[in-house]
Amino acid sequence: MLHTVIKKNLYQDSVSLMLLTNHLSAMDGVERISVMMGTPSNKDIMKGSGLYTDELEAASPNDLCVVAETEDVDRVIEELEDFLNNQSAASEATAYSTVRTWEMAENKLPSADLALISIAGEHAAAEANKALDRDLNVFLFSDNVSIEDELQLKQRAAEKGLMVMGPDCGTGILSGVPIAFANVIEKGNIGVVGASGTGIQEVTTIIGRNGGGVSHAIGTGGRDLALEIGALTTIQGLRVLDADPETDVIVYISKPPAPEVREKVVEVFKTLSKPVVSIFMGDKPKEQHDNVHYAWTLEDTALKALELAQTSNTSADSILADNEDLKKIKENKDQRFIKGYYCGGTLALEAAMILEDAFNLDPDAAHPEGMMLQHGEHEVIDLGDDAYTQGRAHPMIDPTFRVEKVKEAIANPKTAVLLLDNVIGYGAHDDMAGVFAPVIEKGKKEAAEQGRAFIAIASVTGTAQDPQVYQDQVDKLEAAGVIVTESNAQATKLAAAIIDSLEGEEAAETKAEKAEAADLTKASELISDKPRVINVGLTGFADTVQENGGQVVQYQWAPIAGGDKRLAAILEKLSKL
Amino acid sequence: MQYKTIDEANQAVIQHITASEPFLLDVVPAKSVISELNGKALLHSGPPTVWEKMPHPMQGSCIGAALFEGWAATEEEAQKMLENGEVTFISAHSVSAVGPMGGITSANMPVVVVENKASEKRAYCNLNEGIGAVLRFGAYNEEVINRLNWMKDVLGPALSKSLKQIDGGMNVNVLVAKAITMGDEFHQRNIAASALFLRQIVPYLITSGISEKELQEVTKFLADNDQFFLNIMMATAKSVMDTAATETEGSIVTALARNGDQFGIKVSGLGDQWFTAPVNTPDGLYFSGYSSEDATPDMGDSAITEAYGVGGMAMVAAPGVVRFVGTGGFNDAVNTSDEMREICIANNNNLQIPTWDFQGACLGIDIRKVVETGITPVINTGIAHKVAGTGQIGAGTVRVPLGCFEKALEALAEKYGVEV
Repeated sequence: MLHTVIKKNLYQDSVSLMLLTNHLSAMDGVERISVMMGTPSNKDIMKGSGLYTDELEAASPNDLCVVAETEDVDRVIEELEDFLNNQSAASEATAYSTVRTWEMAENKLPSADLALISIAGEHAAAEANKALDRDLNVFLFSDNVSIEDELQLKQRAAEKGLMVMGPDCGTGILSGVPIAFANVIEKGNIGVVGASGTGIQEVTTIIGRNGGGVSHAIGTGGRDLALEIGALTTIQGLRVLDADPETDVIVYISKPPAPEVREKVVEVFKTLSKPVVSIFMGDKPKEQHDNVHYAWTLEDTALKALELAQTSNTSADSILADNEDLKKIKENKDQRFIKGYYCGGTLALEAAMILEDAFNLDPDAAHPEGMMLQHGEHEVIDLGDDAYTQGRAHPMIDPTFRVEKVKEAIANPKTAVLLLDNVIGYGAHDDMAGVFAPVIEKGKKEAAEQGRAFIAIASVTGTAQDPQVYQDQVDKLEAAGVIVTESNAQATKLAAAIIDSLEGEEAAETKAEKAEAADLTKASELISDKPRVINVGLTGFADTVQENGGQVVQYQWAPIAGGDKRLAAILEKLSKL
Repeated sequence: MQYKTIDEANQAVIQHITASEPFLLDVVPAKSVISELNGKALLHSGPPTVWEKMPHPMQGSCIGAALFEGWAATEEEAQKMLENGEVTFISAHSVSAVGPMGGITSANMPVVVVENKASEKRAYCNLNEGIGAVLRFGAYNEEVINRLNWMKDVLGPALSKSLKQIDGGMNVNVLVAKAITMGDEFHQRNIAASALFLRQIVPYLITSGISEKELQEVTKFLADNDQFFLNIMMATAKSVMDTAATETEGSIVTALARNGDQFGIKVSGLGDQWFTAPVNTPDGLYFSGYSSEDATPDMGDSAITEAYGVGGMAMVAAPGVVRFVGTGGFNDAVNTSDEMREICIANNNNLQIPTWDFQGACLGIDIRKVVETGITPVINTGIAHKVAGTGQIGAGTVRVPLGCFEKALEALAEKYGVEV
């Protein structure tokens, strides 16, 4: 039967009325329905369509009128109310633009520096070339790209200072942004180059789970080490990471390469300024040489990289970024040594251990006269050793002898870093910091007069409840220009990082002469900041970039002219007129 | 070739569009400016067609026009006359005219005269009758014929007397630029432009010397008609696009029109020929009691607005009507205009759209981009009932068939000696 619902003074525009009609007429049990404002002409229309009731007589043009042929008018009213209450269209804007042409992609993201391509292989090389035309680096996820195309793309990219990662490159991480199939790994100081997607994933996730982090992971595609390609992308990746300030350790992962190519890659390793952990899957690891460590399993690779990464601590970079003393030390080429004078035996042992690892020294089990480490002019001495405490109180109680050693070290122009512990608590000297602060301050002044500088680093072992009060000791040392760290390990790592940075730069300078001068400007720009991506293909990849703080525009790619080869050829030729 | 590349030619084509200066000069009987209408002749929308191929509502309009012109006294008489080929059919586009829906225009119907002062090209379009049972949707009952007579006797002359008082005519660009910031896209929605038109014309209507009764009728008619400006926009777009078409090079669309059977496009480098393909049926929303089952295939010259870059191309300008393009709300409108921008070569900064971050409307549909991407222009349109006389039953969008562009591209390849 016909039911009439009149909503007084509820104006709806014609679009709403039509939407409402669609919505209500789709309901089960609604035979026919008419939804209109009660204007005279609308009433005529309702008469014409046989949906007129006498109740409409009273409706004014400002009343919403519904006439429905239905058995369940209550449900119709309920739906009507729902619809009117939810008028606001569900307009969910995506965070990135979707485009259909290269031109618009560039229009939307003029600063793009990477094309991430995941379309069918037969079209991938053509699109990758279009990306290179636009000076974009390329991450080529697509497979089924011929090796001839791969070579052409990589050579062309190299000429332009760009990098082509892939084809068949499954994973990458650029400035913390996962590209294609990748895991979310904390940002850190380990850079990875790999010709194996799952290899990269296994190594980076082990690094991540063990508290390390990854600066970048650059995939090369599995064929990069084939003889025809000659490791073009691998070498670019290694060089880019070597120049990257965020990266302290470089990991290289590959399947067994052609022997000639392997040789070429190892030669590149040697020219790098940073330690390299390399795994050629299936090859028995060789002896370590130069700055190169070889691993046998992916796990070994990750753990070795972690170990190296912890000794070269990027936080050192921030501490020392604008350190005036360091700049002075740099000028003095002989000033490259650490002097560590300890009153805590185990602390001295820990410092020695960390430095041995950082400088790749063979650990020495014998420690004559508390000499925990001696390498060149580096030394770490436990002044609490029996050799020094005969006829003298322990240095925790009587600092006199340690003060002497410190003065010597400060006066020595080869000393770059002075490393100290300060163990407080009941029984210990009541103000060790108060003793050393003036000594160091005076030493700094004297050194400055001679145009020198040195860096003093210390840790305080104690708590706020100790009689000497932890923070008071820290404050006194800091006031004297000492860098105070949270732990002895951190103090030592910082000392190692300083020496590394001093030597590293020199090493890099000399190695750079050896390296072929390749233009990697645009590839380096790519990793200097979060990537700005034109994603050609799978939308999931765009979402990932977006979620991880990269900028992205989605290029909804389709074959030119819907795959009509003739029309595509016409378009190609017309564009070349 | 006069230009180095097609791209360069296209720049010249759109230069004509941005440099245009359309003015509404007058409203006159169609026969006074279109000599072809003297005699038993009718203009229709879209590429040339014949009686048999006209959809029912267009045939209905022809019957209405025959009754209005007094060629026949009854519907049956008119029908017979038309079937016997006693009436000449002319594609409006071929005589500098355009007409909405059926586009049927006869000798004594008033038309607006818009001149692009940059080129002195003039274009004509009949006057908008309002909505409901109207001739352009194929209705021809007494009410329709009476209204046409009133438009001929009262509305046309009143507007003519008013416009002639405006020195140089009414500047359409200024009006359009204002209205686009007020939420019009000029095909589906013309409320703001119609209101601005009324605001401008009223002082001159008052001084035009017409009777108080006529003044009351004319102002009421204009005030009640949300779409009155559409026909002015169409004539404007025609005068502009015909100017662009004077360039004999390039790959820019200069006309989009449909006759209920074929969709036709014209292209700057390909002269006056139509490239046609069978029309699509609109997707849209229907008035209560109707559905797509009842819809007439696509017809009308109003798509000249899309060729110019407004209408569906400028969906984003008109939040009020975005739900015609989908249920995604405003975001769908943004996506629609973004998509349309993919097949155009520039933005028209004379028509900045606030809701599009002040980007100018789409400018210059390039057939090469259409074929390359498969994105076809989206046309906002009214939907006519397939049975003549019923009138409008809804509104929505329709796409230009891709075939038109593929054919045009083949012709372009031939023109430029490209062999594949």
